[in-house]
Amino acid sequence: MTMQGLLYIALLFVLVLGAAFPLGRYMAAIFEGRVTWLRPVETGFYRLAGVDEKRQMPWQGYAIALLLLSVIHFGLLYAILRLQYYLPWNPLHIVGMSPRLAFNTAASFATNTNWQAYVPEGQISNGAQVFGLVVHMFVSAAAGIAAAAAVMRAFTAGSLKTIGNFYVDLTRISLYLLIPASLIAATLLVIAGAPQTFAEAVNVHTLNAGAQTIAIGPVAFQEAIKELGTNGGGFFNANSAHPFENPNAWTNLFENFLLLVIGFALPITFGHMVKDKAQGRALMAAMAIILALGCVGTYAAEAAGNPMHIAAGVAAHDGNWEGKEMRFGIASSAAFNVSATGTSTGAVDSFTDSYTPLGGAIPMFLMQLGEVTPGGVGSGFYTIIVFALLSVFVAGLMVGRTPEYLGKKVQAKEIKLAMLGVLILTLFILAGAGFSLVTASGTGSLENAGPHGLSEMLYAWSSATENNGSAFAGLSADTPLLDYGLGAAMLFGRFAFMIPILAIAGSLAAKPKLPASAGTFPTTGPLFIGLLIGVIIILGGLQFMPADTLGPVAEHFLLHSGKTF
Amino acid sequence: MASADTISLFDARIFRRAALDAVTKLNPVTLARNPVIFVTEVVAALVTATGIEAIITRHPAGFPITIAAWLWLTVIFATFAEAVAEGRGRARAESLRRARSDTMAKLLLDPRDKVLFKPTPASDLRRGDIVLVETGDLLPSDGEIIEGIASVNESAVTGESAPVVREAGGDRSAVTGGTQVVSDWLVVRITADAGSTFLDRMIALVEGAERRKTPNEIALNILLAGLTIVFLIAVVTLVGFGQYSGTKFSIPVLAALLVCLIPTTIGGLLSAIGIAGMDRLVRFNVVATSGRAVEAAGDVDALLLDKTGTITFGNRMASGFYPVPGVNERDLAEACAYASLGDETPEGRSILALARDRFQLTPERPADATIIPFSANTRMSGVDFGAKSFRKGAVDSVLASLSTKADYDFTESVARIARAGSTPLAVAANGRLLGAIELKDIVKPGIKERFAALRAMGIRTVMVTGDNRITAAAIAAEAGVDDYIAQATPQDKLDYIRKMQAEGRLVAMCGDGTNDAPALAQADVGVAMQTGTQAAREAGNMVDLDSDPTKLIEIVEIGKQLLITRGALTTFSIANDISKYFAILPAIFVATYPQLAALNIMHLRTPESAILSAVIFNALIIVALVPLALRGVKFRAIGAAALLKRNLLIYGLGGIIAPFAGIKLIDMGLSLFHIFS
Repeated sequence: MTMQGLLYIALLFVLVLGAAFPLGRYMAAIFEGRVTWLRPVETGFYRLAGVDEKRQMPWQGYAIALLLLSVIHFGLLYAILRLQYYLPWNPLHIVGMSPRLAFNTAASFATNTNWQAYVPEGQISNGAQVFGLVVHMFVSAAAGIAAAAAVMRAFTAGSLKTIGNFYVDLTRISLYLLIPASLIAATLLVIAGAPQTFAEAVNVHTLNAGAQTIAIGPVAFQEAIKELGTNGGGFFNANSAHPFENPNAWTNLFENFLLLVIGFALPITFGHMVKDKAQGRALMAAMAIILALGCVGTYAAEAAGNPMHIAAGVAAHDGNWEGKEMRFGIASSAAFNVSATGTSTGAVDSFTDSYTPLGGAIPMFLMQLGEVTPGGVGSGFYTIIVFALLSVFVAGLMVGRTPEYLGKKVQAKEIKLAMLGVLILTLFILAGAGFSLVTASGTGSLENAGPHGLSEMLYAWSSATENNGSAFAGLSADTPLLDYGLGAAMLFGRFAFMIPILAIAGSLAAKPKLPASAGTFPTTGPLFIGLLIGVIIILGGLQFMPADTLGPVAEHFLLHSGKTF
Repeated sequence: MASADTISLFDARIFRRAALDAVTKLNPVTLARNPVIFVTEVVAALVTATGIEAIITRHPAGFPITIAAWLWLTVIFATFAEAVAEGRGRARAESLRRARSDTMAKLLLDPRDKVLFKPTPASDLRRGDIVLVETGDLLPSDGEIIEGIASVNESAVTGESAPVVREAGGDRSAVTGGTQVVSDWLVVRITADAGSTFLDRMIALVEGAERRKTPNEIALNILLAGLTIVFLIAVVTLVGFGQYSGTKFSIPVLAALLVCLIPTTIGGLLSAIGIAGMDRLVRFNVVATSGRAVEAAGDVDALLLDKTGTITFGNRMASGFYPVPGVNERDLAEACAYASLGDETPEGRSILALARDRFQLTPERPADATIIPFSANTRMSGVDFGAKSFRKGAVDSVLASLSTKADYDFTESVARIARAGSTPLAVAANGRLLGAIELKDIVKPGIKERFAALRAMGIRTVMVTGDNRITAAAIAAEAGVDDYIAQATPQDKLDYIRKMQAEGRLVAMCGDGTNDAPALAQADVGVAMQTGTQAAREAGNMVDLDSDPTKLIEIVEIGKQLLITRGALTTFSIANDISKYFAILPAIFVATYPQLAALNIMHLRTPESAILSAVIFNALIIVALVPLALRGVKFRAIGAAALLKRNLLIYGLGGIIAPFAGIKLIDMGLSLFHIFS
């Protein structure tokens, strides 16, 4: 590790956390309907859609609206992907996707996962990219943030019957946050050299007299929402390692900033909404500490390099460069990939498959923890609320009162729903990967043997279930087993987790809000932050340790004894 | 009941019975209520089957049999913990049951005629029957006195052997089945059917027969069941990961991993903690009608306390002499002492005591003394002897009797006494006004510190008194309560509780009169006094057998202690998992990847020994923690933040570290005896 590398990571955190405070405050204003600079446009949408913005929804109504929207969008996207050959703006005459690949891709974008089992340049038209995928990058991100807003409202007062209006939340989040922020970010990316064009691919003659087709398109705009909405689906297969998506070290830092900033702003928003800013800061601190440890850990593992290269005297002086872009370097690559897995963005600017075993284990573990560091936009927030509820429930009794979080009693119903969510995630990751590894169809997808192969499969299921979408690479994902299996994992990981949490929100909202006193379990301050981190790791991560030990951990020790896969 | 206090934690009789019960509790049908231990039992059976199979097929069976034995022990330790907790309650129930021996009741056919009765077995009595109870008779059932006054020995229920007076009407009209009339007679209307009397309910409660899981216990059980399923998924899917990696895990190994990861410690001790919490209350001579009330006691954030008897001593006491100009204080004190010679009230005795303490005055009662008793008309009392007469009494009455006007200094003294919340008495000798005595409500020593401790726990104290505002405010300030209700009527109490509850607070109160019943029912924790009326006892959710209103504070502490113990052991149990990974994972993977031996940071001798050590630790820790579960984690009134820090350090961090040491020690012990090493 170099001081320069560590300073880069520190700079990234300073920028993100610094921006999260004003952004969080602004988002609280959006959720509370105090942002109005596009009011005519906003009300125009309501009139057009016949939405009564005054109508408040109970949690069931909110969940149904969210599900309905997702189902319709899923169906629409599936149709676009199947029929793209007949649809406009398809300069390369790309044929429609197979049913299973279309299912997988539609599930992927409807759930904010952006797992890409397809090759963007060859299997999807520009029209389908823009009107199919990019639209979903906005909608699924906005839906996630809306769910978070609904959860926040549950804590704002006592005896609430409703938790907001989904359509209003969706409109406001898109109109006042995601679209303007993406436009600004896209403009900056264009200035930095990313293409944004409706032109077709460019045909060039190379220096050695060959002919090459270079795919271009509206890259910058997709890139902006890809990071900002923690989507991760790149315009190109190489994702953010591609020079058109991520031209230089500055854009790398900028994109890294974009993918973290909303996730870290949401707890701050929460603090504003519940009128107790320290509560928001505590959640943010827990997220930031785990992520910072992850960034430094992966950087340390990568900077230490490959022991076999070192033994052979062929190692670069500053660590493991395999799979990393020269223009980014080791520290910023490590920070980018760890940030992207810690946020369910799934973008990569370097290839985790080529990382050292421990360097690659950390991103995988961050996904398995449940994507809370700071997680996907919205989803990361409501997931950390689940962990906060569990922390309060387990340790809160130790102050001699039945557990409560922000004055809301945590009782059997909430625990039942929270454990249901944890179960679904565990089941899909472990059962999915465990099953795939003993079937010929599953092992056939693996490029590598031994623990490295195990990591590839475990990573894929972790990524899909946790709606991350990043790939370890080295896995042929377009197979019936993985297309359908991972597609189901994405849908369950998103909705079978989100619905119970909205139910928790509904249940908590209806409870009285107890005033805090000296006898109240403190949910701010270093002690709670430490406890929350402990609970996230023990209740969120420990169940994956046996499998992880057979994957990256085993590989680490094997590598050091001179064995590779 | 008093003897129940001496039931030791490890009473041999309880132990023998508990050991037997622990085995009957293995019945999977009843054990299914406890998901963690149920899964452990199923797994133990599975491993036993593997061991037997190994014996039959002549494979090495030592390892599976040993693991199976320890898994069974884990289950038995858990059922044993519950059985011990129940046994302690049962011992108490025995002593209660002795009081319930079947008596013959004198059933009156006509309540107005106390001569004609029909002897009827107590078990045949119905609610509404009228019975006669005379000297020496046991009360056949719970009831309300409709006629008569008698002293009743209630030691069978309260453990207090001094008889108490019970009479018709008023707040002392309830009698309890099993107690004995020691003088006079009573006519009683029966208020409970046979089998549902107060004594019956108490027996059922302390035995744990009626024990239903409390809300927090249910929620905790869900969490534990959820964790069990999560780890079940982790262990079952490991078969797939293992097969891919070229490892075939044996059933005993997977079983050991599963049982070590699921929260067996808290799963095994959870119900014992709950039973022990109820038991602590009973030992404290408080009977809760449900475990829910005990839990609610821990949550209470406002206490409504009666002033008299709780915050102050029951009686006012003399605290100062205020002579009029020209009279010295000693003379006034002497006059006061004489005036009180015939006054047998506590106030009168306190005046004598003050005179003795201040001026060593111990006046003898002259032979020719005539005692003038207090009467509602004169509102004065005193003594006449020889030519002397001494009077003390209400200020205006004494002044009226003198027909002289009080001077400015006297009026000022009287006003100052009243402002301080005390009562002034005027004293005159031979028709001359000498001064005033201050009768003060004495706040119990140490009560202010207790209220401060309660405040640190986040609990508001509210004083309820019939006094006027000025008096109430003065005493409230002296006792350090947070709020007070002056000139309180039962309706005021009820309104106050409703207001607090609307703010989201949980309120506890105690009361004894029938007019307290609505407030007792409205409060989240209502403690009725055993001496109180039947209505009050029905309305509350706890009954204090000692009828000591100060106990409300201890009840809250017991509730908190129950919750803290539960939380501490849950945290400890979950924190244990980290070390078990380091013991078991390298052991089960090392055959496939020898390099993973690097994770064996405890340097356990062999894989078998490592796995067995973890399983043994897991079983023994349950037994080791039984005393803590039964006794409860000590509660300290230091505020939530400090309490959390302390307990998190002990049970959280301790829970991470302790098993590392424990497992290592067991492994070393096994190697001493060359077991699997």
